[in-house]
Amino acid sequence: MKTMLMSANYAAARAVVSARVEVVAAYPITPATTVPEQIALLDEEGIYKGEFIRVESEHSAMFACIGASSAGARAFTATSSNGLLLMDEALHWAAAARLPIVLANINRSVSPSWNIHVTHDDSMSKRDTGWIQFYVASVDEFYHTIIQAFRLAEDERVLMPVMVSADGFVLSHTVSPFDYLEPEEVDEFLPPYKPPHWVMDPDNPISHGNIVFPEYYQEFRYQMHEGSKNSLKVYPEIEAEYKKLFGKYFGGMIAQHRCDDAEVVFTAQGTVGAEAIDAVDELREQGYKVGVARIRMYRPFPVEEIRKLASHVKAFASFDRGVSYGFGGHAANDIRAALYHSPHRPFVKSYIGGLGGRDVTVEDIKEIILATVRAVETGELGPEETWHDLLE
Amino acid sequence: MVAIREMPMKEYVLKGNAACAGCMDTLSLRHALKALEGDVIQVVPACCTSVIQSLWPKSGLGVPVLNTAFMAAAATASGVRAALKVKGRDDTQVMVWAGDGGTFDIGIQALSGAFERRTDFLYVCYNNQVYSNTGTQRSGATPLYAQTTTTWYGKTEPEKMLDLVVAAHEPAYQATANAAYPRDLYDKFRRAREIHGPKFIHIFIPCPQAWNYPVEKGVEVGKLAVETGYWILWERIGDEFRLSPQSKRYQDPSKRKPIEEFLKLQGRFSRLFKPKKDEKKIAELQAYVQHRWDILLRTFT
Repeated sequence: MKTMLMSANYAAARAVVSARVEVVAAYPITPATTVPEQIALLDEEGIYKGEFIRVESEHSAMFACIGASSAGARAFTATSSNGLLLMDEALHWAAAARLPIVLANINRSVSPSWNIHVTHDDSMSKRDTGWIQFYVASVDEFYHTIIQAFRLAEDERVLMPVMVSADGFVLSHTVSPFDYLEPEEVDEFLPPYKPPHWVMDPDNPISHGNIVFPEYYQEFRYQMHEGSKNSLKVYPEIEAEYKKLFGKYFGGMIAQHRCDDAEVVFTAQGTVGAEAIDAVDELREQGYKVGVARIRMYRPFPVEEIRKLASHVKAFASFDRGVSYGFGGHAANDIRAALYHSPHRPFVKSYIGGLGGRDVTVEDIKEIILATVRAVETGELGPEETWHDLLE
Repeated sequence: MVAIREMPMKEYVLKGNAACAGCMDTLSLRHALKALEGDVIQVVPACCTSVIQSLWPKSGLGVPVLNTAFMAAAATASGVRAALKVKGRDDTQVMVWAGDGGTFDIGIQALSGAFERRTDFLYVCYNNQVYSNTGTQRSGATPLYAQTTTTWYGKTEPEKMLDLVVAAHEPAYQATANAAYPRDLYDKFRRAREIHGPKFIHIFIPCPQAWNYPVEKGVEVGKLAVETGYWILWERIGDEFRLSPQSKRYQDPSKRKPIEEFLKLQGRFSRLFKPKKDEKKIAELQAYVQHRWDILLRTFT
């Protein structure tokens, strides 16, 4: 392990080398572009040993990954926003084919209007495709979570593709130290690829994807659902092993900070969840019993972890950097749904903000947490949904 | 040209497949797979062949078949090829087997991309000139005046000259074939097999369902397409062009049968003959035969 200084995108390209990826297919889109750019350079310099297909669209990028994975190769792509949306059909396909492809998504706002900065709408709108989803908060976490993602995706109990999302520009173009692992070091954790699934092989001809009538289709979907949910128990095992081998741990499915005795817990996905640590520490100094729970694994949704938290907090302030139009914050809705069949149902206040890359500062987060503290004190929930920092 | 007795006895199109009676796609696939002798990964986008290969958990084809999305055949094949390269299996053919909809229309971007990248694979378009799997809607390959379920009174435009689009990518090998000429088709697949790089074979596929002719007339319709000069058999190895002998004799317009003989067998052209014969439109289609020859020979010779 050695420390390197790079942006999240450059680090992602290094993760591709470390994980001994065999086929990359990618198409440029800001802010993901520097991932394929770096992979191209590493390819041309012989540092990346696999094949790099410089495809003509994101739709083709994911289908090239599907083709490669079907023929038994470890496959990777990276994209953002409209690129991810163009892949939609392919994302469903990869998950239903149970192919352990890993995708680095650099969260970017969806057009129109053109905006290249972070909003989580792109990946959040893909939460029902079957892809396991992670949201990260640092360059180091992005790099290591991509390596872990292959191990999780390829686990026979899971066999579902994994999407690791990082906030556009906040991480993608921000240089920060991270701990790089040589492929030889990673081998012990993630050996060179031996596909645990069906493969296209003329010596053993099978066909994949032919017609399935109503008498069997549902069972395939059930297995996808079970595979996805299995990652709730497989990921903690993987993380424990990773920690033992490399001393790296990013906090499980929900990374918690000062939640143990907290009365109000701020939740968020991505970098806002890291920013909130400072906000919580400052409020703690002022005597407020508050904490932050950063949701790292969003699909499958860590229902039990949320319920555990709910058993000892008085309110959640859920912050979403995206919207399910007509129904509000994605994570807020999921937290509420997770608690419906739970004996503990604290307030869940939903905050939407930071869209289009608008800054979310420590002061913003403190304001949100304090508004939630007031709701607890007064016993009045107030508005179920608040658009934070909305211009009049 | 190969003699029928020289073709391998082994069958890769298996009994119990789900093809329609008189299916000329299945017939072509039978000879194509014999030519490739099973060392192939076949990529199939949404098309008739997605149905013909039969229902899970059975397979009607004796080669590995990867089904993929409608517009993604060539991209999927690119990924398969890359994986085979990593595994050191450069001699295994990667073959796309796609219909005209998946090639002329929704799949053309992926096709263009894969050819521009010089991907080593064989793209086969089996062209029955219509979206027959969804119930015969017009495609970019549907000819002028053909009736479909989205052009009830006949299509108002001629087909796209796809071969010229493909040729603009300078493929390593390019050929046309016809289901009614299996020996010629077999030979062309054998030649494609020996060449590395992007390869394209465009097969004319009469379709009894969509064209509305009696199921036993597929070979007859296919032969008439060549004998009227409507479908031209040729191949191109690099930039070396040659007319196939079956079409060479029809280069002379006086040797060709009138287009009417090809048209009148098919229900899809019935409005050209009923309630009364439309001489003007038939003459237009006749003239278009020569137009195709002119364009082809002007481009390649």
